[in-house]
Amino acid sequence: MVRYLVRRGGLLVASLLFASVALFLLLRVLPGDPANALLTVDATPEQIEAARRQVGSDRPLPEQFVTWLGQLVRLDLGRSFVSTLPVGPEITDRLAVTVPLALTAFALAIVIAVPVGYLCARWSRTWYGATISALSQLGIAVPVFWVGMLLVFVFALRLRVFPSGGFPRAGWADPGAALTALTLPVLTVALVMSASLIRYVRSATLDVLHSDYLRTARALGASSAEAMWRHGLRNAAGPVVSILGIELATTFLGTVVVESVFALPGLGSMLVKGIMQHDYPVIQGVLFVSTVTVLVIGFLADLAQRLLDPRLRRASSGRSR
Amino acid sequence: MNLLTVDMLTISGTDGRALVSELSFALSPGERLGLIGESGSGKSLTALAVLGLLPAGLRASGSIRLQPAGGEPTEVVGAADRTLRRLRGRVATVVFQEPLTALDPLMRIGNQVGWAIRRTRGLRGSALRDAVLSALAEVGLDDRIARAYPHEVSGGQRQRAAIAAAVACRPALLIADEPTTALDVTVQADVLALLDRLVADRGMALLFISHDLAVVARVAERVLVLAQGVAVESGTVTEVVTAPDHPVTRALLSSARQLDAALDGRQP
Repeated sequence: MVRYLVRRGGLLVASLLFASVALFLLLRVLPGDPANALLTVDATPEQIEAARRQVGSDRPLPEQFVTWLGQLVRLDLGRSFVSTLPVGPEITDRLAVTVPLALTAFALAIVIAVPVGYLCARWSRTWYGATISALSQLGIAVPVFWVGMLLVFVFALRLRVFPSGGFPRAGWADPGAALTALTLPVLTVALVMSASLIRYVRSATLDVLHSDYLRTARALGASSAEAMWRHGLRNAAGPVVSILGIELATTFLGTVVVESVFALPGLGSMLVKGIMQHDYPVIQGVLFVSTVTVLVIGFLADLAQRLLDPRLRRASSGRSR
Repeated sequence: MNLLTVDMLTISGTDGRALVSELSFALSPGERLGLIGESGSGKSLTALAVLGLLPAGLRASGSIRLQPAGGEPTEVVGAADRTLRRLRGRVATVVFQEPLTALDPLMRIGNQVGWAIRRTRGLRGSALRDAVLSALAEVGLDDRIARAYPHEVSGGQRQRAAIAAAVACRPALLIADEPTTALDVTVQADVLALLDRLVADRGMALLFISHDLAVVARVAERVLVLAQGVAVESGTVTEVVTAPDHPVTRALLSSARQLDAALDGRQP
């Protein structure tokens, strides 16, 4: 296990390095000089030169890259070209919206999807089981923004129980207002995510229900509930956990849409603003933080799967038979 | 008094087609019956029906009665799961064909045997641990296997572990559903000999299911030949082997002879 951790951790670091190179290069090959963000259309060559010097785009690419990497190591994401404020603290502020949104939605989606998916599988031969299954299929096809707008229409415009958007200026210093502001966005993400999760939980449960080992347990006197609890849960958890990792990562990146529907000051809207303004440090910073998050989630999901399934541990345990 | 009485058993599928038709046979305590037929002849379904474990969508009608020594007979067909649970393991249980999938891949073998013993015999703690180790020792597996996961041991060892779990429940009837088909030929003979010994030692009745007449002949006293869900021939092993009546029996017999001849031909 230790050897695996070292190897998998090394892979994580390597992916991070690779991602930072890719991120840097991708932004640099795009047309348009970052200095443009500071300039008006009728800027003189001297002004352009000054702006380029100010943002550092006059220096050769390798030098720019080394500078950026050096900053990253010191956890310094640079300063915004536009506002000249440091990017790091702004990202932290925005994460205070995006992280609770993503994590709560994720937890809620699991709470919805696990029992519903399980019952779907249990009832797969009945009309109500088939109906839930069909509804979840429909749920996958529905875009996030549409669900968001629908919820806004019902709960904000008609029932007036939740705000249609925005986030309190005081942030989490006003927890009541912050929570109400996040309720509809969380519901939106959770509903959409649970639709696809239900499918995965359902198929993992069906696999287990049709498994030979479950039949063996029953033949040895276990009740169907006991067999499911003792053997089914762990076996079904494997495939679901690997999907959960992907889903959580997707939610993190997918909050862009929800944040714009609900006008939330999260990471997604920061990225969109950065792109509009050619604000390279902002774009790089946000993308880097998202990449780190996704890679770390993947790492944790891999680890969880390994803990669940002894067959995956075989290679590192050094004993095959 | 019969341990197992199957009377006019019919198993029908979702489309109403009969997969097993009006099958009747009986098994007294300690007796060994071979249920033989080609694949799809309904032998495995019969085994599952005896334990009330038919897959969803299949329906059994007729009668299956299990009566342990000194107990009341229990009707299996149409019984509630709660009733059946008391029979499974204690009165009758199955060893399945494919030992890799029949064991939970995520649970140590010792624990799987342990749960079966705990449920059927109510043992706990160190008594349970000892029972697991002696159950494994009885099938020729050492302590190391108890801590192993199914993928860490060989196919023959897996099937031995499955047999250990079944036999440790001390059933009066052991159903073996093609228990050696998935194994290497060299291992097959060992596992057959093991089953033979355990059944004799414990005085268990054996319902041995196979498509291979040669294998059945080694462990069973009587055979029942199934063809497309219908019993076409029955009798002692000697009767059926020396004077096969039905074309299906003759086909099974000649394929067994061909295999024997082929194997003999390879002897030096």
